[in-house]
Amino acid sequence: MANVTLTINSEQVTVPAGTKVLDAAREAGFFIPTFCHDPEAPGYGGCRICVVNIKGARSLMASCVTEATNGMVVETESPDVVEARKTILELLLANHPTDCLTCDKNGDCKLQDYAYRYGVGSSGFGGEKHSYPVDNSNPYITRDLNKCILCGRCVRTCAQVEDRQVIDFAYRGFQTRVAPAMDTNLAESACVSCARCVAVCPVGALTYTNLSGKGRTYEIAKKQVTCSFCDAGCQFDLNYKGDKVIGVTAKAPGEGRPLCLKGRLGMELRYSDQPLTPMLKKDNEFVEVSWPEALELEDVLAKLKELEK
Amino acid sequence: MNNLNDLRTKCQEEYKQKLSRPRIVVGLGTCGIASGGAKVMEAIKEEVAARGLDIDIDFTSCIGMCYREPMVEVSLPGAASVVYGDIFPDKVAQLLESHVENKTPVYEWAAIQIPGEATPYEGIDIMEKAPYYEKQVRSVTSRLGRTNPESIGEYIATGGYEGLEKALGMERQAVIDEVKKSGLRGRGGGGFSTGMKWQFVYNAQGDKKYAVCNADEGDPGAFMDRSVLEGDPHAILEGMMIAGYAIGADEGCIYCRAEYPLAIRRLNLAIAKAEELGILGENILDTGFNFHIRIKAGAGAFVCGEETALLNSIEGQRGMPRVRPPFPANSGLWAKPTCLNNVESYANVPFILRNGSDWYTSMGTDKSKGSKVFCLTGKVNNTGLCEVPMGITLREVIFNIAGGIQDGGTFKAVQSGGPSGGCLPTSQLDLKIDYESLTAAGSMMGSGGLVVMDETTCMVDVAKFFLNFTQNESCGKCTPCREGTKRMLEILHRICDGQGVIEDLDTLDRLSTVITKSALCGLGQTCANPIISTMRYFRDEYMAHIVDKRCPAGVCAALLVYTVDAEKCTGCGACLRACPASAITGEKKQPHSIDPAACIKCGACITKCKFDAIYKA
Amino acid sequence: MSACACGVEKVVLSHEEAFMKLLDKYRYYKGGLIPVLQGAQDIYGYLPKDVLQTIAKELNMPFSKVYGVVTFYAQFHLKPRGNNIIRICLGTACHVRGGAKILQAVQEHLGIKHGETTEDLRFTLETVACIGACGLSPCMMINDDTHGRLNPKAVGAILDTYE
Repeated sequence: MANVTLTINSEQVTVPAGTKVLDAAREAGFFIPTFCHDPEAPGYGGCRICVVNIKGARSLMASCVTEATNGMVVETESPDVVEARKTILELLLANHPTDCLTCDKNGDCKLQDYAYRYGVGSSGFGGEKHSYPVDNSNPYITRDLNKCILCGRCVRTCAQVEDRQVIDFAYRGFQTRVAPAMDTNLAESACVSCARCVAVCPVGALTYTNLSGKGRTYEIAKKQVTCSFCDAGCQFDLNYKGDKVIGVTAKAPGEGRPLCLKGRLGMELRYSDQPLTPMLKKDNEFVEVSWPEALELEDVLAKLKELEK
Repeated sequence: MNNLNDLRTKCQEEYKQKLSRPRIVVGLGTCGIASGGAKVMEAIKEEVAARGLDIDIDFTSCIGMCYREPMVEVSLPGAASVVYGDIFPDKVAQLLESHVENKTPVYEWAAIQIPGEATPYEGIDIMEKAPYYEKQVRSVTSRLGRTNPESIGEYIATGGYEGLEKALGMERQAVIDEVKKSGLRGRGGGGFSTGMKWQFVYNAQGDKKYAVCNADEGDPGAFMDRSVLEGDPHAILEGMMIAGYAIGADEGCIYCRAEYPLAIRRLNLAIAKAEELGILGENILDTGFNFHIRIKAGAGAFVCGEETALLNSIEGQRGMPRVRPPFPANSGLWAKPTCLNNVESYANVPFILRNGSDWYTSMGTDKSKGSKVFCLTGKVNNTGLCEVPMGITLREVIFNIAGGIQDGGTFKAVQSGGPSGGCLPTSQLDLKIDYESLTAAGSMMGSGGLVVMDETTCMVDVAKFFLNFTQNESCGKCTPCREGTKRMLEILHRICDGQGVIEDLDTLDRLSTVITKSALCGLGQTCANPIISTMRYFRDEYMAHIVDKRCPAGVCAALLVYTVDAEKCTGCGACLRACPASAITGEKKQPHSIDPAACIKCGACITKCKFDAIYKA
Repeated sequence: MSACACGVEKVVLSHEEAFMKLLDKYRYYKGGLIPVLQGAQDIYGYLPKDVLQTIAKELNMPFSKVYGVVTFYAQFHLKPRGNNIIRICLGTACHVRGGAKILQAVQEHLGIKHGETTEDLRFTLETVACIGACGLSPCMMINDDTHGRLNPKAVGAILDTYE
């Protein structure tokens, strides 16, 4: 494929045609913040934090969806870009709880990182904030819509697995929220707790229930393992605090890698020093079950016992 | 190629025949019906039957003078047609007796006359010379109020489908060139060259292409498209067919807002009749050109007027705008090259093809050619629809056509371009209406609503009104629009409630700039215009609200003080009884007074007072 | 839905028949979701959960997506609505000519706020940004009828003509 050459912050950059400005800039070592951009599901362009100044354009352009073209002149940190990013951050913070001190995402939160980088300490806007009840109904995933910045990554990652598509945007404007059908909680929805959504959430809206309160993100070291339950080869992270595994989390989901609850629970049992109690949905309610049942190993175990005899 | 000559001759014969008979025609556009036109129609039918009159009863659409609806036209052979205004059922008997039976028009009810070849009546304005029409041109609106919109025969008899015939005899590129030469620009507000747009779709690779008509007219204060859809539905079909032929599309879709049931009904009827005559469908006029049109009713979301949101909506998705590029010309409906124009743009096309681009460019300014349809609303004497050549001044439109300010008031501002536009003050009245000058002045052409405001309109309140609108209609996809409109609205509420601080103006400035520059779609990028333009031209008014805690126009309730004029007050006690907050005190037959601390500023006292003794300021 | 002499069961059945016919018409039609929702709402007066579930299943799309579309558009309703829908215009022109007073008068007359339905399901009251009859402001729509040049005192009489 042909190449194109553009100028980013006075530097000549050559990339294959079709490359987005965001990737071109990052490739060249320039920083551009993103919330909604997901390399596995690109093209949304909604959060606008990645806007850059492109010479000749009427407005600032979202770099994640703008294709690099020959001769394009891009500035990634011009005063108008910085002003826009600061304002967008301030707008997001105006509608976001300020509980970073107790938030499990503290230290691994894009909103926090960018606010730090651009020196946005708090929002001066005041005004109405959402006050949705926190959804604790699912034993594995905690959903706090008050922290949601509507980047939609959870919606897109959920849609990548056929037959799931459990959540979508609902309502519009300021009332927009991510919701399962009929606005039920996660437990009542068709959610299978695969946690793809948790893996992609850039803020504290979706978190692992079992890791809550167990440690700050910077105290936790991650080690990647591959699940061997089926041939999809999904990858999980072992979360170490000191030398103890305190939980297993889903690593980045990808196309064709469904992640599944069974896989994650299996990894949990195998590696975790304090494995969580497995819960399965029966008659629309989560109930505690034995490990063999959670891992669907009851038949196998029964046969093994048979052989033992 | 088959031509329409035989059919046209037949239609013309029938139409001529019809015009030669005594006729009474009722205006039944939405505005006519809303003012009681249907009841007038019933009354006429009964009265004609009761009197045993030999007269045809027919209906037409909106002639534009909404302020005179219901309108009835009486046309007798050999005499000038007279269009009457404000004809309610109780006037029908006298009208028929005088004009039809005694051949004497009822002069005091007449709005205009259309003499044709007959001698005009003395004392009734001839349409072209009447103040309302003198400065107008009528091309897109030429059939409105003149023909029966449900009759394809009358459309054909009046030159309809001639443009299509001509186009089908031309090379496709030649059709596009003709539209390019006409200088026609998008009448939905953007002002992009229609011919260029067609060229992009023509050039785009693809086995399947679409022509889509944006009839999701949602700007408050705008009803041009509705009037054209209701009054000349075939013109839109014809325009779309010409576009379809030129760009290589075989399918068209009209996305019409569901709030326009009459327009949808007439479009459906028009499609059915055109298909019946073989003008629409397979192998049109034996040229091998196939074109089908279907109608999609909107579901109530203003943002669907944005072209990519509209396409998502047709596809059955949430109406959230897509990122551009790719532009619809390359990847539109179902990811196929799509030509998207609004109603008025399509409606212009048959006229351009039929009369030639030279005729079209003879109207308008250097960069804005042709005519534009506007809706005159707000505090003017003559509210209604008008079509004017580009380049006419705002003053001519507001003071000549719209007849100046209602109740002898003073002009304060005119709002154009809907929620994306701005408010222009007296100093801009001599501005020539074209795309560039309106934008430079801080407003925009928009779809064509002109809302006129007088000194009783508060400009901060107007900005608040528009922000409330956009905030409600924001789709929620992009952060600046979703969160930013909310915060701007909250600030405006604070200012109107007397809680504003001077820093609020800087915040509004900053938010306006950032949202304009960083929002995803046209709705977001222009949503701050009402604030920007009112802050530019009416900063004093903002200052009065913030610093003096005063609303100069007397609109913002929280800032008003209600006072009794002791000289005028007779002490009748009506206000005292009406006050829900018991804030009024006073002895009988003695001047009353209002306790400002208890007053809830509801205005009930003013409504009740018969002596104009209570005023608010 | 006034009392029907032919018995409740039959009415329900005909709704279902109409609904099935609607689904058949749009099952293989690209972009059929919105017309189906519009049709279903015409049949049932609103969009009950089981109807939405059936639509999702029959059109082979996620239930969450159907819900997302329903909640996006102002036209769709998840709760039962009145037999007559009043839409008070609060557009620019109506705003400057006293649309809010008309709203207030209607609210007082019906004893409900905008967005609500009267207990007897006779009226649902809504506000709308513009119905495009600005030349006649202030105005309102009741069902498909547009009423213009209103004044607060006269709205009661207009409402009384709708059963």
